Amino acid sequence: MLEGILLGLSTAFSIKNLLMVVGGCLIGTFIGMLPGLGPMSIIAIMIPVAITIGDPSAALILLAGVYYGAIFGGSTSSILINAPGVASTVASSFDGYPLARQGKAGKALTVAAISSFAGGSIGAVLLMIFAPALASVALLFHSAEYFALMVVGLSAIAAFAGTGQVSKAMMMTVLGLMLATVGEAALFQAPRFTGGIMDLQSGFSFVTLAMAMFALPEAIFLVLDPKRSKTGDGGSGEIRDLRITREEGRQIAPVIARQSVQGFLIGVLPGAGATIASFLGYAVERNIASEEDKKQFGKGSIKGLAAPETANNAACTGSFVPLLTLGIPGSGTTAILLGALIALNVTPGPRLMVDEPSVFWSVIISMYLGNLVLLMLNLPLIPYIAKILSVPRNFLIPFILFFTLMGAYIGQNNATELLILVGLGVFATVLRMADFPLPPLLIGFILGAMLEDNFARSMQLYDGPAFIWERPMTAGLLVLALVLVLLPTLRARRAKAKAARQGVADGS
Amino acid sequence: MCPMTLDRWIAAIFLVVCIVYAYTAWIVMDANLLPFERRNPVWPSTFPKILSILGIGCALWVLVTSKPQPIREDEIDHRRLGEYKTGQALALVGLMVAYAFALYPIGFIASTVVFLTAGAAILGERRLHVAVPIAAVAAFSIWYLVQEVLGIFLRPWPWFV
Repeated sequence: MLEGILLGLSTAFSIKNLLMVVGGCLIGTFIGMLPGLGPMSIIAIMIPVAITIGDPSAALILLAGVYYGAIFGGSTSSILINAPGVASTVASSFDGYPLARQGKAGKALTVAAISSFAGGSIGAVLLMIFAPALASVALLFHSAEYFALMVVGLSAIAAFAGTGQVSKAMMMTVLGLMLATVGEAALFQAPRFTGGIMDLQSGFSFVTLAMAMFALPEAIFLVLDPKRSKTGDGGSGEIRDLRITREEGRQIAPVIARQSVQGFLIGVLPGAGATIASFLGYAVERNIASEEDKKQFGKGSIKGLAAPETANNAACTGSFVPLLTLGIPGSGTTAILLGALIALNVTPGPRLMVDEPSVFWSVIISMYLGNLVLLMLNLPLIPYIAKILSVPRNFLIPFILFFTLMGAYIGQNNATELLILVGLGVFATVLRMADFPLPPLLIGFILGAMLEDNFARSMQLYDGPAFIWERPMTAGLLVLALVLVLLPTLRARRAKAKAARQGVADGS
Repeated sequence: MCPMTLDRWIAAIFLVVCIVYAYTAWIVMDANLLPFERRNPVWPSTFPKILSILGIGCALWVLVTSKPQPIREDEIDHRRLGEYKTGQALALVGLMVAYAFALYPIGFIASTVVFLTAGAAILGERRLHVAVPIAAVAAFSIWYLVQEVLGIFLRPWPWFV
């Protein structure tokens, strides 16, 4: 492990990679601050750039920097103008915005930066401990187990989608898997489901799909409803007094300690990402706070700000665990990162640590660096970066659209790709209006090819589907997947039945 | 009978897609399998066959269990589409399609300048003397980045230059 850390240090501390971290964090903060543009859209837009860099460590470092920056930027806009750019920073606005209204914007930003830093750094330490251990277990897995594990991952994502959403999330996952079967598969040299269209011979491009699923609908929503891109009034005026007192530091320290562990563990679970971690962190801290502190929550409590900030950053780090060790993304963002890695000819998974230790460790080291950059560079720069909030939307939106078009074009060098992008984008917008979750679609698409390859390999090894019952671990995982999907529905039904019974008892 | 809400419509359309997909997977694809491929335990159509069943199941599940969505303030409500700037959004989508068709014939620089200016104009920007220079600077700098730095060919000028 020590030599790995040293290897990571030497890779991450090269001038080029340091520039990548700094650049990524700055770009991420810049764009993440714009209301309505989440980390997924930003990473999707940055992928063509990252892929052209060619060096997988540098590319992943850049994207991870963008990811952290975007989340930090999202917190900034939640605090300053109560317009969370990202779902995972909604909880930060509960207490952050009241603080800003009281003229303590500087203090709120500092608390946010310190808690993000601590959450991210503790998360990175935990990642360093957990990932190698998990990877060594994962090396024992057979392709049948991989197949089952991916099924578990996909069903967990659907299962955590929320009440009434499980069926929709399942449908989106299956749609993603179906989109992945378009084009030529690895094991069979025949095009499938292309409808005779030559441009679909190699399947849908992952970059195009990512842009169409996240960046385009966001932009169209911004156009539809000008209120979404509101850029505040006066809140972002003067930001002074960035210091916090020692007393305040003592107050938030235990919150940070609890929430970074809790956030990390939630982040590791597939499907439960930074958003759930931040809301849960806020709720837990409010419940265990003393009566006096409890009154402060929602009115500008620094504890209430520190909790979601710590938890969401720790969860972001946690979501790298399944990605780096099993090659299974647990969230939309890590799914995009996985796609980028595959495009760069790196296969994440247990062998990543053996085959490409420099990639693995440099990413972990650059997570520390990213957090440090955010703390040291972004915090003093925030008053200037916040100026981007005054870019008129008349110019902003055409540029966002243009960058999505460019991203799809650069990936494929083909104008038909642009039409596919627009078509899929409009389709994704309609899906979003009907409240269908889109991340499961993209995760299904990315895992689709791997899922099928592992399935086909196990079928060939066992000459039929016997691997499902002959390998206890495979069977166990598949049963777990089934339980995960059915459990929310059964529980909802039981709750309803109970409510109905009580209604009868009450005579109402 | 439950009302056909938007999510039911989507599920219904998805059901049709799944049936077409299932038809292809179960009937069309296996017809042109080579004899030696038939001895393989897994065919190109095996996985799609499973997916088609799952897909039909999910579509029916959504169709049957979907409930009217609660009205959410922060999301766009499709039932009140008329209250939003739908015209602007459609115009921008049309503009993107036009951009896709114009990119080869009239070149990257011209189409990008037109795209960015027209996009701003659709959104209500009236100061063309501001919009055009911004678009031109952006188009040139992106072209330089893509062509010279990233090394990806983009034809900058119209076909006759």
